[in-house]
Parts: sequence; structure tokens; C-alpha cells
Amino acid sequence: MTPTLTTDEQAMLSGERGPGVAFAMELVVGFAAAMAAPSLLKISSAHIDGCLYHGQVNLDFVERFVATKAKVAVPTTLNVGSMDLVHPELFHGTDELAAAGTRLMRAHEELGCLSTFTCAPYQTMFRPKLGDQIAWAESNAIVFANSVIGARTNRYGDFLDLAAAIAGRVPAYGLHLTENRRARVVFEITALPTGWSGDGEDTERTAIAIGDIIGTRAGSDIAVIDGLSPKTTEDDLKALGAVAASSGGVAMFHAVGLTPEAATLADALQGQPPDAVIRVTPAELVASIARLSTVADATPLTAVSLGTPHFSLQQFERAMPLLRAMSPKLPIYINTNRQTLEALEQRGWDRELKAARVTLVVDTCTYVTAIMHELDGAVMTNSGKWAWYAPGNLGIEVAFGTLAECFASAAAGKVVRL
Amino acid sequence: MNERAITKVAGTTMLAGQVRAPLITLAEPVSFWGGYDAVTGTVTDRRHPDLGLCMTGAIVRMRAARGSSSGSSVLAEAIRLGTAPAGFVVLERDAILMLAALVAKDLYGKTCVIVQVDKAAYDALDGARSLSIDAAAQVAVIDID
Repeated sequence: MTPTLTTDEQAMLSGERGPGVAFAMELVVGFAAAMAAPSLLKISSAHIDGCLYHGQVNLDFVERFVATKAKVAVPTTLNVGSMDLVHPELFHGTDELAAAGTRLMRAHEELGCLSTFTCAPYQTMFRPKLGDQIAWAESNAIVFANSVIGARTNRYGDFLDLAAAIAGRVPAYGLHLTENRRARVVFEITALPTGWSGDGEDTERTAIAIGDIIGTRAGSDIAVIDGLSPKTTEDDLKALGAVAASSGGVAMFHAVGLTPEAATLADALQGQPPDAVIRVTPAELVASIARLSTVADATPLTAVSLGTPHFSLQQFERAMPLLRAMSPKLPIYINTNRQTLEALEQRGWDRELKAARVTLVVDTCTYVTAIMHELDGAVMTNSGKWAWYAPGNLGIEVAFGTLAECFASAAAGKVVRL
Repeated sequence: MNERAITKVAGTTMLAGQVRAPLITLAEPVSFWGGYDAVTGTVTDRRHPDLGLCMTGAIVRMRAARGSSSGSSVLAEAIRLGTAPAGFVVLERDAILMLAALVAKDLYGKTCVIVQVDKAAYDALDGARSLSIDAAAQVAVIDID
């Protein structure tokens, strides 16, 4: 079944706007047919994951558009690449990979994409708004956009993200449509584990625990979480979404009183009964946090890695006093974006961080490329997502902890619990 | 001696082309990202019942692809390298296969035919060893050799 196209879309497909647009439309229409979408929708922004190098086909695909002088039709941000283009000296992989990775990032810039190179585009000036139709790739960004902002995207990925950006269109299906954004499964938190409060560090801990649980238990069904502390921050919800999209195929969640389509539980359910109600016990929250670590407490560490997804300025504001109160024995890596780096430089914090053995990484992430040197032991992180993927990607052991625990552990040289 | 009751079935062309090749039926869907090696064209998923099976040049019958959308990159890379299946017969409309085949056809002029069939036609291919697919038009014709 081919979707119904407007006159304008028909013209794009038939090549009247050039061969690049025609190729992009061919992919969008082919994909729409595969998804049985009846028509296409206009989008207001795109976020592209295809700038991380996997093989020759990635380069050939982008160069095909570059050769036709095609440009993206909407503001388009870029996800992390294989290189830190601001600090290329941090990379210690092969020259061949560096060249291919760099070219892939540059080629996307030539198509008019914005040089954001961040997995947290929602915390830059290019943040979409409630109700915006967008074509986003990168699992954590997709969850954040749908859940925390209320913008609308499906889980887009390879090839289609760039095609949608150039065509300015997506198939009208899935989470672009209101009725498909309804929560199906309710997760109730009625009590927190002993010693966990609804404040401070514990909102982060609780958010990551429940994120891990909904990913594991709801899979791709949309969950609504009832019972998160009203003090839960945006960065907590960012961490929640990132881990949920790692432990499962989550594209969207609701949190009652915290996310825009869930002012009440009934709103999240769109007035219909849920398919299931799951009561999350304190013991399950504790177990989910424990599962993120592959090593025991007090295990010696080789490094600390923070900022997956990329650290926001607010997270640096939390981190600076913790850092000033200790002297780290271990190297600390923090992944962030260029815009936040600039803000750090204006405050002089970049120099202060460097003096405290902190390496600031931009444009990429410590678990997708060769940047960290300390890969022969256990590394601590405050990211549930990093904890999921780093052991497989880097072959290391991992300890998960809150931000304060990560700094306390960096000072002690081993896993410390607070 | 071909004693089959049914020797021809129809399907819907997802990616056009003509192909004659041996038929491989996968017991379960495969994830091309993380479960398949583009260089050798074999299933590498340790939990997959067809682990180690080389699908190069064959027509692969399976319900659908599964897993990450990065599977499109891996399959497209296999089509580029010439290690991919020559075609697919699937039950479900499948975005991962579709994008890989569309991109590879445009970039490299290499065709990986995709035909979607209904359950009856899918089951009618049980036991077939080789197929000829004519998917030039919207309606695809599959002959059991």
C-alpha cells in the first residue's frame, strides 16, 4: 500500500526538487508503505544518529546526498560521532577510523545539519516544544522528546532519520498520533526502600531504578509511573528514559504530575482502563540498582565516567561543590556538548575541572569510541545507560552509583556507598 | 518428479526484481545488528537456532527481521559486499529490510528482492528447495522449482 501524497510531495518524489530530495522521498515513502501509513506528516525538526561510523555504507549513503547538493529541510541536530572534533588528541584509535569517522561528521555538516554532536539535543537551544512533530533518532533522545517534552517521534534510526530531514516528512503512524500515546501499563511506587528519601540524590536513584524496571517489564508498551517524588528533576527524568531505552525498547513513558501528557493518571491513560497495573516494591527498586553494577562495593576502580547522556549545565552545577570537597585519586571523564563547554569556559570551570584530573569530552561519548585509557579494571558511572552498554562495548567491569557516590569513590579509589 | 499440489503462489512486491535461488527458511527472525556478520553472510546470534548458517545468495523465508534499526546498515553493508541473501520472502511488512534494500539498490545498483506473502502462501513454500521469483510488477509470482 502506497501512502496518499500531496501534489507537493508527488513533485518531490518525481525529482522536481532535485535528485537528493527524490531519493529521500523514495525512502520515506517506501518506509511509509512498509508501515502501512496512509499519508505523510510535515516535521519541524530532526535529530540524526547516522554520524557515528559503522561501515562504508554509512559514508556512501551520506556522500550520495552531498553529491546532489541536497540540504536538510528542517533544523537538524546531530548525535555523537566517533571523534571529539574539539579535542581530537583524545582519540587513540586507528588513523583509518579517525579519518572515516571525521569525514562522516563533516559530510553531515555539509548537508546543513547543525554541529551539535550531542545525544542530549533537548538540552540545547534546539529543544522542541509540546506537540511538535519531529523525526528523532538515538534512543534516549527519542524517549526524552516524547515523554518529558511531549514532542512526537517514533523510534527512527539508520537511513530514515536523514531521509526524513531532507524530505521534511515522516509517515503518519505510531507516536505521531495522539491515540497511540496512551499509557498501557501502570507502575505504582507506594513506598521507597529504607534510607531512600524523596529528595536530593535519591530522586536520581529512584528514577534510574524505575527506568530500568519499566524497560525490563513494559518493553515497548507505554508505561505510566505513579508515585515519583514531585522533586524529581529534568535530569532525573533524562536518566530514567536513557536506562529504560537500554533495558527495553521504550520510546515513551508518562510520570504522573511530572510529564506534560500525564497531569493525572487518567490523562496518561486517556480515560481508558490500563492493560495491567504493576506495584513496584522497595525490594525491586534496590535490586534494580544492584543489577547495574558488575562488581561489589569496595572494589578498586580505575576511572569514573559521567555524562551519558551528555551532562547539562545543571549537572555541572551539582558536581562542582562535590568536586571541590574532595581530591580525586582517579581520572574522571565527563561527556558533554559544545554549548555546555562554552558555558563552563565562561565560568572558568573548565580550568578548575582539568586541574582536578577531569577530562571533558565533547562531540562523542566514552563508550562508543577510543578515548578512555583505563580499560583494565572497573569503572564507576552515574549513568544506567553507560552501565548497560560499557561492559559489552569496552570489555570492562562497571559500578553504578549516584553522582555523590561517584565523587566519593573517585576520592577513595574504590567503590564507596553513601 | 515434482508431486507438489501447489507450484505457484502470489505475493506483494516490496522491492522489485527477479531472482532464482535456493530457499532457506529461518526458524526465527534474525537481528542483522548484533546477530549477523556482514562479511561472511552468516547468522552469529548465539541464541538463534540457525547459528552459523550462511545465507549468501539464497532466498530467505522468515516472518520478519527483528531488533535495532542499525540492522539496516549491516544488511546494506552485506548487499554492498555481495554476501547478502538474494531475496526475502516475509510475512510482515518490514522496515529494516526495506530500508537496507532501497539504500543498497540506489547506492550500488544491487538488488535484494523482497516479497511479502500471506500465511497460506508462506506455508505453501514448506519443503521447497528452490524458488523463482518474478517481482517485476506490484503482484509478485513465486514458482516452486
